[in-house]
Amino acid sequence: MATTTAPSSTSSRGDRWAGPGMLLPFALFYLVFLVGPLIYTVVAGFFETSLLKSGLGDFAGLTNYKEVLGDAEFWRTLRNTLWFTVLTTVPLVLLSLALAVLADRFVRGRWFFRFAFFAPFVLPSAVISLLFMFIYADQLGLAQEAVKWFGVETPPSWLGDPDWAMISIAAATVWWTIGFNFVLYLAGLQDVPREVHEAAAIDGAGPWQRIRHVVVPMLGRTTTLVTVLQIIASLKVFDQIYMMTSGGPDGSTRPSLQLIYDTGFVEGRVGYASTVSLLLFLVILFVSLVWFALVRRAEKEN
Amino acid sequence: MRDRIPTPSPPAPSRRRVLRGGLALGATGAAALTVGGCGSTIAQGFTGGAPSPSRLNFWNPFTGGDGERMLAMQDAYRAAHRSTELKSATFLWGNPYYTKLTLATLGDRPPQVAVVHLSKLPTLAEAGLLTELHTEDLARHGLTEDKFDARPWRKSQFGGAPHAVPLDTHPFVLYFRTDIAKKAGLLDGQGQLVDVDGPDAFIDALRAAKEVTGAWGGSIASVKEASMQFRLFWSLYRQVGGGDLVADQGKRVVIDTAAAAEALAYIRRLSQEKVIPANTDGKGAITLLTTGKAGFLMDGVWQALAVQSAKVKFDMRPLPRVFKDAPYACAADSHALVLPKAPTESAQRLDLSLGFVASMLHSSKLWSEGGHVPAWLPTQRSRAYKELVPQSHYATAADGAVYDPAAWYGGAGSTMQNVVGDAVTSVFTGDTSATAGAARMRRELRDLASRPAPV
Repeated sequence: MATTTAPSSTSSRGDRWAGPGMLLPFALFYLVFLVGPLIYTVVAGFFETSLLKSGLGDFAGLTNYKEVLGDAEFWRTLRNTLWFTVLTTVPLVLLSLALAVLADRFVRGRWFFRFAFFAPFVLPSAVISLLFMFIYADQLGLAQEAVKWFGVETPPSWLGDPDWAMISIAAATVWWTIGFNFVLYLAGLQDVPREVHEAAAIDGAGPWQRIRHVVVPMLGRTTTLVTVLQIIASLKVFDQIYMMTSGGPDGSTRPSLQLIYDTGFVEGRVGYASTVSLLLFLVILFVSLVWFALVRRAEKEN
Repeated sequence: MRDRIPTPSPPAPSRRRVLRGGLALGATGAAALTVGGCGSTIAQGFTGGAPSPSRLNFWNPFTGGDGERMLAMQDAYRAAHRSTELKSATFLWGNPYYTKLTLATLGDRPPQVAVVHLSKLPTLAEAGLLTELHTEDLARHGLTEDKFDARPWRKSQFGGAPHAVPLDTHPFVLYFRTDIAKKAGLLDGQGQLVDVDGPDAFIDALRAAKEVTGAWGGSIASVKEASMQFRLFWSLYRQVGGGDLVADQGKRVVIDTAAAAEALAYIRRLSQEKVIPANTDGKGAITLLTTGKAGFLMDGVWQALAVQSAKVKFDMRPLPRVFKDAPYACAADSHALVLPKAPTESAQRLDLSLGFVASMLHSSKLWSEGGHVPAWLPTQRSRAYKELVPQSHYATAADGAVYDPAAWYGGAGSTMQNVVGDAVTSVFTGDTSATAGAARMRRELRDLASRPAPV
């Protein structure tokens, strides 16, 4: 801004409003499309709001909350969601770290590994779902044939067996989304100073010891970031499950978001769905707060 | 255009007025640019004004083969009604479609005519989203009761008055490979299946087919397709004479658990005797038939074109009569045309809409090629339809059509289909016993019935 060379009382006032002024369009969107619906969700949770009638409907007080907390299906979908989160977060953090460290050691052709691991991430969830539905297909699918190769005579029905369905979806998700964490780790690895490597090497640390005692601890903040972003993303799982199994077989893969979708849009019980979404929101908010707490503590230690 | 440019007299024009005025200006500009005025549909949606009197908005959920036929039917209408501007919108089948239809109607921006499933009609009508039709208005367009198949016509009534005009019946039927059936010795001289009715006869036929294919006797979608399992159960449960599952629009549970257990025990036999694979998705079930790994397929008639496109020798017939305790029954639904409740009579334009509905019914032959049994008797009884193979071979299934129980949580793609279908799947795969499955259905239905209804 030209005023910086000749500051005056009027221009400093202009400066003061420049930031908020430029923020205003975004703030408006934020209010209209995020804060507004959130308030509506909170309010609708206290009413028997219906999709088939206009208005909020009858006042329900805490009935929806009582009903949701006493609904076995709510707890089951939450358990499914958490199970999916565990199944995806653990490999997505460990595997992406391992792959990033390995890929980083290549001097030539590093671009190829970066590209190869990141490529699936750019595919839309619909493509991934379709692809893996072919792979996991019963009787005719690749995955069953592959297992038969290893001598398993009756391979499980990957998406049809309640014990396997979530694991199959999680495996597909890991393959699909690992690229994002991989890239974050690669960026973290750039921040590990060369001198530290060299100092460790002079002290006689082998490659494995350097990874274990130098690289991994120095990636601590990246790991916190990757883990929490991953947990939040996994808790919000919906599309690939909806497309691959629609929550089946027998509801064994139905996540909380699908319960919200089903009660809100299929049954038209918006009040109830709002309550469930608010509770899920609180779970995710809790996870985010834990993250902030962890980061703050880590910063104080440094 | 209804809106005038706001006069400056009020001290501060409200946000809404300013928006409206702006949009009206924009719409006028758009209308001036496009001679036909097509661009003003969006503006009309925002301002809430009635569409131009010659415009007819039509919503349907048909894609794929059905969608192509629906477009051809619309072309037939356009050719005969050049002065009407028909605007049709196709949405993804299922709940997204019903959500849009419901919200558009509640927001006073409904299409003039829309397609719905008759199993959804009780809920939509009870919520007051549909225009009640009068027999004299229908008769003016030649739509009289005697020209309609009795079952879908009866199902189109709500509170004693018609609320929809039925287009078809689409039952759950049996597909079979004629080449495999012939090798298995299941065909008579006319190419018809020999007796497959009765609990043992049907399984014997499946076993005979299995010996020919070397893999499976028949197939049905079970993975990811709770609604298909619901259809199988609902057909057999009604054949046993189980009656309804729920009553009073879903507020009371009346399931006959003994009949349900009997039907479920038979469904379990199909997988236990290894004549039907227990884990197959919708596409897989069809592929098993078309690749010759199964001789039979239980599916809806709407897959007729998909099977036909595989260019294999096949035929279709009504679902076997497995149990003889009650009149023949098979799960079915119907597509029907409704007039969503319009904000004003001029917005509805009854005669234009009904003229379109009548035109759709006159195109029933085209529609029936997609597998659906026409509800329009002049077509159903026509020679042209009788010569349509395999479509005409299962037309009698429509006489045994049973619709989903009426409930706010019932109908096409509903929660009821999911919870009941899931219980069937778990019996089918052997995870639950038949009696436990029936008890589970009762428990889950009771749970649904106890919830506050959104209508």
